[in-house]
Amino acid sequence: MIAPDWFREDRLPHIYCTGCGNGTIINCTLAAVEEMGWKRDETVFVSGIGCSSRAPGYILTDSLHTTHGRALAFATGVKMARPDLHVVVFTGDGDLAAIGGNHFIHACRRNVDMTVICMNNHIYGMTGGQGSPTTPPGAISSTTPYGASEPAFDLAELAVAAGANYVARWTSYHVKELTKAVAAGMQTPGLSFIEARTQCPTNYGRHNKLRSVSAMIEHLRSHAILVAKRDRLVAEGKPIPEGAFTVGELVRRNRPAMGVQR
Amino acid sequence: MRHEIRFSGYGGQGIILSAVILGRAAALYDDKYAVQTQVYGPEARGGASMGQVVIDDTPILYPEVTEPDIYVIMSQQGFEKYGIRAGEDAVMLIDADLVRSRPTCRYYEIPATSEAKGTLGREIVANIVMMGALVTATGVVSREAIERAVLDSVPKGTEELNLKALKRGFELGERA
Amino acid sequence: MSRTEFMQGNAACAEGALAAGCRFFGGYPITPSTEIAETMARRLPKAGGVFISMEDELASIAAVIGAAWTGARAMTATSGPGFSLMMENIGYAAMTETPCVVVNIQRGGPSTGQPTRAAQGDMLQCRFGSHGDYSTIALTPNSVQEMFDLTAKAFDLADRYRVPTFLMSDEIVGHMRERVTIPDAVEVERPRPLAEGSLPFEAGDDGVPGFAPFGSGRAVHVTGLTHDERGYPDTTDPEAHDKLVRRLVAKVESARREIADYEVVNPDAETVFVTYGPPSRTVEQVMRDRPDDSIGHLRLRIVWPFPEFALKVFPNAKTFLMPELNMGQVVREVQRHVDQPVVSIPKIGGELHTPAELVRVLEVYR
Repeated sequence: MIAPDWFREDRLPHIYCTGCGNGTIINCTLAAVEEMGWKRDETVFVSGIGCSSRAPGYILTDSLHTTHGRALAFATGVKMARPDLHVVVFTGDGDLAAIGGNHFIHACRRNVDMTVICMNNHIYGMTGGQGSPTTPPGAISSTTPYGASEPAFDLAELAVAAGANYVARWTSYHVKELTKAVAAGMQTPGLSFIEARTQCPTNYGRHNKLRSVSAMIEHLRSHAILVAKRDRLVAEGKPIPEGAFTVGELVRRNRPAMGVQR
Repeated sequence: MRHEIRFSGYGGQGIILSAVILGRAAALYDDKYAVQTQVYGPEARGGASMGQVVIDDTPILYPEVTEPDIYVIMSQQGFEKYGIRAGEDAVMLIDADLVRSRPTCRYYEIPATSEAKGTLGREIVANIVMMGALVTATGVVSREAIERAVLDSVPKGTEELNLKALKRGFELGERA
Repeated sequence: MSRTEFMQGNAACAEGALAAGCRFFGGYPITPSTEIAETMARRLPKAGGVFISMEDELASIAAVIGAAWTGARAMTATSGPGFSLMMENIGYAAMTETPCVVVNIQRGGPSTGQPTRAAQGDMLQCRFGSHGDYSTIALTPNSVQEMFDLTAKAFDLADRYRVPTFLMSDEIVGHMRERVTIPDAVEVERPRPLAEGSLPFEAGDDGVPGFAPFGSGRAVHVTGLTHDERGYPDTTDPEAHDKLVRRLVAKVESARREIADYEVVNPDAETVFVTYGPPSRTVEQVMRDRPDDSIGHLRLRIVWPFPEFALKVFPNAKTFLMPELNMGQVVREVQRHVDQPVVSIPKIGGELHTPAELVRVLEVYR
């Protein structure tokens, strides 16, 4: 249970659509913050632009709602200048992987001690549902009216390859696992990247035969396979089911990190 | 009195450093004013490198060199690019072994590179030999000032070699 | 005890920043500004600060703004192409009232242009380059000593008015070496702290809000969206936007007498040079070579906010002459404030106007 004193009550109601998964991810993150015992005046939330990036505005801490794609660069400045502050970044798939892609890989390479949570809804939600770098091939959006024709980024694998010390992926269905993963990321020195796949019923689901929120969440649940299961299938030479994506912890390691408080 | 000194040679000879040392000598140790500038750009590597200094007894307003009255030329390419148009009233110190051409102005042939290689045993101090010759041939800064500026600017452990090179330059400049 | 050095302009800029207490530098190498980053990389870690080489200039200014919100004095340095990349986040700094310093060692543009040659071609960009209305402060040194002095001063102005502040130098001053006196300490004016009971973006009489850096327990929400005094987004109310943006502009423009920094020579003159940066030195040379009371000089050390009142210091002026290392940028500002003819003396290509060139102009216009 999240203590209400972490929310800016005077900012309610929030802008999220009915059935949006972002609130779930904010709740999981704040539950992890509570588990960590972080204090409000020692914690800073940073974000870029998009639905995900409005999250810091609802949390009662110092917060930096920045420009599109640049959240990680701003957060790097905050953390390097004040390593004693806890820095958490909320971002989305467009913010992180399209306009902010270069900052994403360099933040992982530097391994700056912060927790980055990407609300990946596979769409530019705030601007009305355009295709993003994580829109699955074939999916319909306002800029992919005949089905997305570009391959999609696997954000978690990208973070692993670029050097983040902790990487995990869950969905808005996996509330307990997601909370644990965020907390594990917060405990790991260096950059922690948690991809949280989530539903955008307004701008993704209704164009892609997922008309209800429950249908979207069921889609996320049924296409998620544990990393261990994927590994077992690969070892046994069996095929990975069509459209499946891994969930679980992808890496936890101890590469040299920057901005770790001594 | 305003002096404009131009150094040119090839990249690696310490041309820019020579200009910095001269400026430093004037500005810090001779109680004069100095502005040092240089040509930046890809041509500074391997090709002709150029550095210049304005020295004056009064504050230097216009900072650029327009018509040098003193040239120090240490390569043929440097001469062709930065020395050939020297005015008739100018004076030029030439590293005699490296520059084939001769200017129409007054000039002194200083065997800086062969002295550095031979007598001093290290080619790298040729520019310091040239600085010594420049000082005694033109009096543009004092011997004491250039000595201190050289000592400020050279790597630790090479002070003795550089002072020796400078003094050899003083002698060559006096004779010139 | 101060110390005297024979130093390059870019190095003096870095020393000025350090003396002013700059403890964060985020940058990306670019000619002809790189020596500033190199000096900071060498000196900052030993001064207890942070140097970080970011992946591009968008990230550099972003990191600087992030560091500034922790209360650190923070700076970046660049040249034209990098300056263009910084524009969006410079607007963010203006909108969020983030005190920070951006050094632009100007080179010939547009585009990649002349990396190793001087220009003053970004003077309007530094005033108007980001989208929307805002106001900033720009200082224009003409010597290595001023690279030190004005960089240090830029931090005070940035803090005092809570604006991104620009040191608009150029390849000539950045790369030349001159004698510079470095004081042991410079006086520093930090932002006014956010008073108890005040809202984070509630301005005082001077239009400037108090500052509560991150970690000070005030839970400040900082956003580039149009926001109210609490810092909360309010993006559709015309009055909210009007109130905020008018204040952002007015807090600088209404303080321009306080901010102004200029020199006047021969106020009775009929022909008046108006300069900033290195062309001022050519004018000074011409005036020393040909003493003449009918020629005056207004030399701006701060171009933005533009001190139009300084033009009125020359009541007998018949003509204003403005040499700039561009095709005529700040001259437009002079032209709109005086009735007399204002003659632009543009020069591009990388070299400073020579005294002979300005003497020829004088012969035509006197």
